[in-house]
Amino acid sequence: MSTAHQRLERNGIGFALMILFVASLGGLFEIAPLFTIENTVEEVDGMRPYTPLENAGRDIYVREGCYACHSQMIRTLRSDVDRYGHYSLAAESMYDHPHQWGSKRTGPDLSRVGAKYSDTWHVAHLANPRESVEGSVMPGYSFLLENRLDTQQLSGALTALRRVGVPYSDDQINHAARDALRQADPLADYEDDLRESYGDNVQVRDFDGQPDRLTEMDAVVAYLQMLGTLVDFDSFDAEANNR
Amino acid sequence: MTTSDRLEIGVIFAATLMVFLLGVAILGFGREAGYVVHGWLIAIVAGWGLMNLINRLNDKQPDIPHEYADTVIKWGVWATFIWGVIGFTIGDILAWQLAIPSWNGDMSWSNFGRIRPMHTTAVIFGFGGNALMATSFYVVQRTSRARLASEVSPWFVFFGYNLFVLLAVTGYPMGITQSKEYAEPEWYADLVLTFAWVGYLWIYMRTLANRAEPHIYVANWYYMGFIVVIAMLHVVNNLAMPISIAYPKSYSLFSGVQDAMTQWWYGHNAVGFLLTAGFLGMMYYFLPKAVNRPIYSYRLSIIGFWGITFLYLWAGSHHLHYTALPDWVQYLGMTMSVILLVPSWGSVFNGILTINGAWDKVRTDPAVRFMMVAILFYGLATFEGSFLAIRPVNTLSHYTDWTVGHVHAGALGWVAFITFGAMYKMVPWIWKREGTYSLRLEAWHFWLALSGTLIYVGAMWNSGITQALMWQTYDADGNFVYAFIDTVDAMRPYYFARAIGGLLYLIGACLGAYNIYMTVNGPRMAPASDANRPILQPGE
Repeated sequence: MSTAHQRLERNGIGFALMILFVASLGGLFEIAPLFTIENTVEEVDGMRPYTPLENAGRDIYVREGCYACHSQMIRTLRSDVDRYGHYSLAAESMYDHPHQWGSKRTGPDLSRVGAKYSDTWHVAHLANPRESVEGSVMPGYSFLLENRLDTQQLSGALTALRRVGVPYSDDQINHAARDALRQADPLADYEDDLRESYGDNVQVRDFDGQPDRLTEMDAVVAYLQMLGTLVDFDSFDAEANNR
Repeated sequence: MTTSDRLEIGVIFAATLMVFLLGVAILGFGREAGYVVHGWLIAIVAGWGLMNLINRLNDKQPDIPHEYADTVIKWGVWATFIWGVIGFTIGDILAWQLAIPSWNGDMSWSNFGRIRPMHTTAVIFGFGGNALMATSFYVVQRTSRARLASEVSPWFVFFGYNLFVLLAVTGYPMGITQSKEYAEPEWYADLVLTFAWVGYLWIYMRTLANRAEPHIYVANWYYMGFIVVIAMLHVVNNLAMPISIAYPKSYSLFSGVQDAMTQWWYGHNAVGFLLTAGFLGMMYYFLPKAVNRPIYSYRLSIIGFWGITFLYLWAGSHHLHYTALPDWVQYLGMTMSVILLVPSWGSVFNGILTINGAWDKVRTDPAVRFMMVAILFYGLATFEGSFLAIRPVNTLSHYTDWTVGHVHAGALGWVAFITFGAMYKMVPWIWKREGTYSLRLEAWHFWLALSGTLIYVGAMWNSGITQALMWQTYDADGNFVYAFIDTVDAMRPYYFARAIGGLLYLIGACLGAYNIYMTVNGPRMAPASDANRPILQPGE
């Protein structure tokens, strides 16, 4: 071993190439197969791309660094499932570019927070966490109520997402800004159109308690209220998807 | 100027021009204020670099002194301490925000979520990265007995790299992030880093090629491992689709489970090759020099190096135990993580046994004490890492402060301790001073840093295990005993303890920075006359 290694030590380029070869093995054997083995991501009913409003909320979730304290990954452990609900499926984050699984629960897991609390509760809690939950260490996000949602970049966002594999239609991309407004419409005049375009599990209403304005709070609450509500678990066969 | 020098300046000019055009495009097309500011920043730094390059091309006879190129290392030392103090300060602010949540200020830019990556980036890339660049430039020259192979490339690397760190750290409070932990900077900052990193690899390999020693010394293996693997990780994990040139926002090429696995392949090996391999390179040079003893075992060096290079890349999936990642990847990652203990402790023994015969220096020389304790913390953190990677243990530690404590045992105890030890040695050497300004201050720094680390890590062990156990406590009827908020309340004393530990550490680092500053501003060593000048030894 020593003599072969001594030869290697005399060759800088050879040494660097050897490092690259040895170091690339782990990724080649662990990551590359995840893209080719078909049952890595389960077949489920109900999973759909996010609406423009939900996606805008997700972008704000990323921007504010919510993942630093909240996970979106319920493990297959009893104490996780009992507290947060059915363990997370790979399919549930198949449209997450990037994933928001998180690594720390300073606050609770959010994968299934959707429909657990009212919109009013979310708005009040986000604006001033300790008035809703005594002892919370979460920062306040009242500025979300003030900031108008920038709908100009929504079409661009959906286009970029389509380029990385999210199946948005031309129609959805072209009308992204309009659809965002319609989802937060307090009268829900266009609920049927939205459901036809995105699916039956789209929630349409005014989310932030300010019916006349489309704010970043609308987007964040729409996103939170969607989390974990998409997949139809009645039709999910856990045995068939055992990996 | 030779043809190859002209060619090199031409290539660097082209690279700087591309970065400059990127900056101009961003400031021209950008639609968000912070993003436009970043465009200006890139354009100004790159433009200033272009003018310097033009000046240099007009210079007919550049005067290359017949000595090691140490000026860029001196800049690296300053950058290390400046980013270090910034990073530690923000870290401690974050710790206080958790203890006293009103300290968030509830403004977008001041909230925990936005400034947390400022802390991690300033410390990992600002402090750690600059320390590695500076010491690697020092080590590669001495162990090769060759001057850095280029006069311009090292500066391109230094300014390009620090521009990246500055873009990253100033971007987060303005909400510019792609949310991948330790790879938060957006696509344009990633491009800047890519340019700088290719330059780094280039200058490092070229200097090695000029070496007067037949063999490449072990410290350089580790620095090479650091440079090559970080390049691979950075490029793959940051593949993303920008919305357009008008916005900083981009979407990761991968999604969901594949993205999570790629991210933790990156994340774990940023630890493995930036925070471990690079600093092992530092240890393999500065420890034997400081104690004046040879490395204990050549064979152990080889086993340690290739073991780490092979195994680390498989271990990332232990960050995803019991998740939606397929089980086979989880078990594979766990197995490799446990085996990883062997080469890790091989390096620990190699370091500790190198001190044999010079243990008195641990008592008399605080720099050696820093390095010795750094190796102990490395041993502790790698044992803990393999332990936490075991699935049943991970059910307890994951998502809790135990992970935070683990990473800080490594970062505070190993990375920063070995850096401080090496800096206290290297700074007098490159500035040609007799020694540091004050050994007493060095010792104060050591004890403040050690007590701060122990308080920090101890608090996080307690809080992590406490919280995990509370999450899993059922009563006789099968109901949870504690609501989530009860487990948050239980954290309060530990959050205060952690913030105090961090404060001690920060004070120590400030003393260290002051000591370095006073050393540099102190008197120069008397120049050695030709009669008593020592003959250059191999490996110097």
